[in-house]
Parts: sequence; C-alpha cells; structure tokens
Amino acid sequence: MNNYQLLFKITKIQLLSRKKQTGVAALGVTFGIGTFIIMMGFMSGLNDLLDGLILNKTPHVHIFNEIAPSSFQPLEKKFPNEVHFITSIKPKTSTEKITNALPIIQELKKDTRVKGVTSQLSAKIFYASGSINLNGIATGINVHEEDRLYNFSNYIVEGNAKAIYKNNKGILLGAGIAKKLSLKVGDKIQIKNPQGAIFPLTILGIYQSGLAEIDNMQSYISNELAQRIMGVSKSYITDINIKLKDVSKAVQFKKEIERRFKVNAVDINEANAQFDTGSSIRNLITYAVSVTLLVVAGFGIYNILNMLIYEKMDDIAILKATGFSGNDVALIFIFQALLIGLIGGIIGLLFGLSISYLISLTPFNTEALPTVKTYPVNFSPIYYVGGLIFALVATFLAGYLPSRKAKRIDPVEIIRGK
Amino acid sequence: MIKKEPLLETKGINKYFDQFHVLKDISFSLNKGEFASIIGKSGCGKSTLLYILSTMDCDYEGKLWLNNELVTGKSSLELSAIRSEHIGFVFQFHYLLAEFTILDNVMFPALKLAKKSKEEIEHDAMNKLKLLGIEEQALKKASQISGGQKQRVAIARALINEPKIIMGDEPTGNLDSKNSDNVFRIFQELNELQDLSLLVVTHDMDFANKTDRIIEMGDGRIIS
Repeated sequence: MNNYQLLFKITKIQLLSRKKQTGVAALGVTFGIGTFIIMMGFMSGLNDLLDGLILNKTPHVHIFNEIAPSSFQPLEKKFPNEVHFITSIKPKTSTEKITNALPIIQELKKDTRVKGVTSQLSAKIFYASGSINLNGIATGINVHEEDRLYNFSNYIVEGNAKAIYKNNKGILLGAGIAKKLSLKVGDKIQIKNPQGAIFPLTILGIYQSGLAEIDNMQSYISNELAQRIMGVSKSYITDINIKLKDVSKAVQFKKEIERRFKVNAVDINEANAQFDTGSSIRNLITYAVSVTLLVVAGFGIYNILNMLIYEKMDDIAILKATGFSGNDVALIFIFQALLIGLIGGIIGLLFGLSISYLISLTPFNTEALPTVKTYPVNFSPIYYVGGLIFALVATFLAGYLPSRKAKRIDPVEIIRGK
Repeated sequence: MIKKEPLLETKGINKYFDQFHVLKDISFSLNKGEFASIIGKSGCGKSTLLYILSTMDCDYEGKLWLNNELVTGKSSLELSAIRSEHIGFVFQFHYLLAEFTILDNVMFPALKLAKKSKEEIEHDAMNKLKLLGIEEQALKKASQISGGQKQRVAIARALINEPKIIMGDEPTGNLDSKNSDNVFRIFQELNELQDLSLLVVTHDMDFANKTDRIIEMGDGRIIS
C-alpha cells in the first residue's frame, strides 16, 4: 500500500462516515453541472437553429449583375482635366444575365476553398387560375446542390424536392400560393410568362420558408424549365451562390472574385452583419450564467470542507503526530474535494443529459421552421467533457484553500489545548 | 544504570511564549532503556519540554540530539520521518480516529512509514493488540470501546513502529486508578522486556514514584 493509497483510504472512510454532508456537497456540484449542461445544450441548440435559419440559407458569396449607370463617361476619358457637365445619365442597357456565367462557375468549382457553387435564375411569372393572374417569381435551381449546401429539403413541407429533376414539368409551389389557389401536391397549375405563353406544370411539392411575403410569391423549378419559360439560352444565369469551406474567408474571397471576373458580389457579412452580434452575445450570457452556477457550487464545497477541518482538528493533529506530513493531510482534503467533485459532477452530467433529453422531446411548433417539431438541444460531448473538467477544477480550488489551512495546523497546539 | 548510552540529549534549551520565558537553559539526557517521569506544578513547562523533545515543537533555542543525531534545525518533513520511526506517543486524551477500526488506527503510522508490507503490519498490529489484551476489539470502530481500552489502543499505536522511546503526556490523567495501574504495568513490562525507553509527564505521584528516575521541574528549570 503506497502513500497515496493510504491517504485515499482515509479520504474514503472519512467521506463515507459523513454521508449526509458529503451528499449535500456533491448535490451542490450536481446542480451546478446539471444546469450548466442544460443551459449549454439548450442555448447552443437554439443558437444553431437560428444560425441555420438565416446563415445556412445564405450563400457566403453571392454574384449577380447589378443594373447601374456606367461609372465613367467617355467624355471624362477624353478630357480628364476639364470640367464637364453630363446630365440625365441612364443605366446601361443590359440584361440581368451574368456575363460568362458558365465559365465562371467552372473556375469557381476548381477552387479548393469552395465547398460548392450553385446557379440560379429568377423568372417573373404569373400563377394563372381561371381569370385571376397572381404575380410571382419562379426560381430555377439545381435541387441536389441546393440541398447539399443549403438544406433546401428542410423547407419542402409536402412532396419531394428531388422529383423536379426527373420531371421537367414540375414545380415546388410556395405555401402561400398553394393556400390561395387551394392547390395540393399532385395538382396541375398553369404558369404564364410576361409574354403570355402558358406552361402547364404539376405540383411536386410545397415550399415554406416561414416568411409569408416569400411564400406568397416564390416557387422553385429546375434550371432548364426556368430558361425555357424565359425563352433564353442555357448559359443564361442571373445569380451564382458560393458556399465556402470557411465562412471567415468570405470577405476576402468576394474581393478576389470582383477583381478577377469583373462582376458584382456581396458577402455574407454584408448581408447579415447584425446576426453575428446576436449569436455571440447569447453565447456570452450562457457562459456567464453557467460559470456563476459552478462558482456558487464551489463555494458550497469550500464551506463544507472548511467546517470539516474544524471538526477534524483532533484527527489532523494526531495524524501529524504519528508521522503524516502537512502535505499528506492537505492531500486528504484535496482528495475529498475532488471525489465530491467527481461524483457530483458525473451525477450532474447524467442529470443534465436526462433533462436535456426531456427538453428535446418537448413539442415546439413554429410557422417559421416547418421541419422543427421539438425544442432543439445540442448534445455535443464537448459540453459534457467541459462540465466535468470545470467541476474538478472548481472543487480542487474549493478544497485547496481549506487544505492549506489543515497543512498549517500545529499538532502541539491542538493536543496541548485539551 | 547498566547502560550509559544516551538516547535523548539536550543542551541549553530555552523557549519563549511571546515575552514569557517558559524553559530556561535545560540540559539533560535520557539513556537507553530508562523509564523516567517528569513531574512539577502546572505551568512549570514540563509538557512544553516534552513536546520539544518529541520534535513536534521546533520553535526553541538550544540543541537536541536523538540517538546521537542532531535533530535541531531539520525540516518538518525529516522530523516527521524521525518521529514516526523512533518515537511513540501516548497523550492524556487517546486521539483515536473515530471513524476507523481499532486495527486501522494502530496500523496507520506503520502504513505511513511503509517499511513493511501491509500483511506484516497487520500481523504486527494484532500482536501489539494481543500484548495489551484488546485483540478481540480489533475490528470495532474506535468510538465503540471504553476509555481504558482506548488508551490501550493508543499505546498499541505508539508501539507499532517499534520505537526506541515512548513519550507520554499525562497518559493516565483521564483514567481511574485501576486503568492507571494497568497502563503503568504495561509501560513497565515494555521497559523491562523490550528495553524500551519511556519518558512520561505526569501529575500522578504514585505513578512517578514507581519509575526509575524522577525529573522534577519548577519555574522552567530542572530542579532534580
């Protein structure tokens, strides 16, 4: 039996002979860690959900063709040092089409920083129902890529998104339009282009973004169908969306693209600046509350161990008188604190896990998130590992201060005091 | 005295509590195999001297030799080791660890010293308990036995590391005369049979008169 085993034996028996005190101390840790797990799991689950709601839907870099007046006039070039007055400048006559879209996409796909590239083109259309024509937009997409990069399927509440591939006469209809026109999956709908040509399409799915304005206008069709409706060639693309492997590179990547391809682009930070701030503040609050809980639990342990030292003064004195060193006695108290932290921490993890699980089963229905049926909870192991480490660190500190006191106790003073 | 080899020796020990001069220039020696008692009025410094001799109190002036080795000035860790190997203690109060069994209480100092295997130590501890006639109580908790028995357990604990000297601070102070006699008899047997040195601080004149040598203290000095 080595020294540590001996000290551990003393630790164990001392803890077991005061089950109630030990239990109360461990319970403090249990609640601290349990709440930490619940808070972290729930809050980060919600954060991920909100991130997913906006950020995952948003491309990291979006390339489009901006309609704008020419940035310089030929006159300025001819007479650079003269004062000139040009009035009534109009935008250049051009289409929304991105010039050389297909070669650009080819190039982007080769870039190692890029996770994926999707192309879109939006066609202005009318949803025709008898004599009524409803304004709308049909966006041509590549469903497989959209699904891989932006979880497109999550927003298809009925039917199957993939089906529009097999059938070039299918449409994923916005939920608001479907409701207005009393249509359901499998029904036929007629689409008119601005020129008046009619395209009869089959409804293959219902799309719901959660935003009524969008759901009342927006439908999705395949790229080819959109080009056919608009009567344009296969190279006609109005939007290119890029998803990067690392979001933080978006700003730099956008600048690079603008320089290289002479196109307009916007990055995710410009598009969603306010959103990031919200996320980080929510995280900060979560951490602050959890750490406070653990610190409170730590003080509980500190108190109990401190009391224990006064109670066990005689034992400490006699251990020292019979050959145990101050460090040995201090170790006994640190062992006790760590053991309380370990037991309380593990029970706390189980407690947190089970409550988190119950929360994840609680129904949570919201229009905005058609695929979410219960509260989101993040069960990432990192919180569990972190919680346990924090429990041990907090209890170690809570045991360390009293143990120093025990180390300094002078046995002669105690023994002579009787 | 058959042997004249000193076990414990001091030279010019002075001790102060704040301004108060408790021990004044104490020089004395205790030989191997000697059974001595220290007597004197309350507050004359006899317990203070004992704790200095025991190496537990190292806040003093002067020099202390144990077994011809100067122990003054050693670190508290070294002193811990010296104490557990050479000195056994019996106090007025038994100071057993209440939550542990009698056997554990006796074994701890030896387990800490770690010179023998756990089995050997357990065997030794049972022998000591047998010597003191309390082996049947070995597995009881320390809180479950009588006061006289507790003091005997404390003696067994003091003996477990085969010390060269037993120091007692009023070891019979809390016991009735029957148990006191018992403790004295045990000490005497240990002294005679195992050639153990004993140094006992006591108020009990009957006890002191039966020892080989009486050291009388008064006002911080050794009178005789």
